[in-house]
Amino acid sequence: MPPPFSWIVAVVKFLYEFIVGDDWTVAAAVFIGLIMSAILNVNHVVAWWLIPVIVVVMLGVSLRRASNRFR
Amino acid sequence: MTGVWAVLITTFLASAVEAIEMVTIVVGVGATRGWRSTLVGAASGFGVLAVVVVVLGAALSRVPIGPLRLIVGALLLTFGLQWFRKGIMRVAARGLAGIGGQDPHEAAEWTGPGMDWTAWFLAFKGVVLEGLEVAFIVVTFGAGANQLGVAVIGGVGAIIIVGGIGFALHQTVRRIPRSLLQLIVGVLLSTFGTFWAIEGLGIDWPGGDAAIPVLLGLYVVTALTYITLERNRALGLRPVA
Repeated sequence: MPPPFSWIVAVVKFLYEFIVGDDWTVAAAVFIGLIMSAILNVNHVVAWWLIPVIVVVMLGVSLRRASNRFR
Repeated sequence: MTGVWAVLITTFLASAVEAIEMVTIVVGVGATRGWRSTLVGAASGFGVLAVVVVVLGAALSRVPIGPLRLIVGALLLTFGLQWFRKGIMRVAARGLAGIGGQDPHEAAEWTGPGMDWTAWFLAFKGVVLEGLEVAFIVVTFGAGANQLGVAVIGGVGAIIIVGGIGFALHQTVRRIPRSLLQLIVGVLLSTFGTFWAIEGLGIDWPGGDAAIPVLLGLYVVTALTYITLERNRALGLRPVA
């Protein structure tokens, strides 16, 4: 890959590793949770509870997956 | 508005987590290859980090507070959850142990004239790589709380204090319980990330700012529960389904 493109790919890879890390499902769940919260709010449904629930559940899922990987 | 102390403590602790690794690398390189080139390399690394903080801070200060809190909250939450999870796993596995072990760089001592570029590069790389996360946290957290100056003071203060300990007592810095600090910062970033992201969507928290300590309490209980579960699983007290 020629230099300008390889640099862009390297920067994108770095940002992905930096923000998302080694478990993309947690980041995806947060992203979907924020969209769901916005939709609930637009429809006048109380929505502040959704992200904390996603955080607690996804932490457990991610920890279990990581533990099983090292077993 | 998020209090000055919350910003100061969070950025101080986040910076301390990375400063431990950073100082260990710089002290290790300096002690084995000589101090002059190592300190110049470390200073060059801090120069790069200062540019990152100024450029990123200036860019974020132009974004209106509503969208800014959504973006910053989502980023801090996603990033904070990584530290939250790693902190739980490491505290469950190692308790309050420091990073321990041998110094990471045991290169031969430099005796030649002029600049030792190996020492310069090792120190520069150590400061930039370990410091980028700190710069990211300081700028986003400071911008989200509208207190970038306080966040920078917290970040720089931690590097000065950990650096001072590192230079005065080389091995002591390796005994600071980095895993526990990482877990505390992960919990704090996830708490404020959750609060700001939801606020950024225009959703009101019940009780306003009083929701922050409640969220913090929920995440602390979550951390303690998962640490207990991880320890039991590691000891084979609870079979995996």
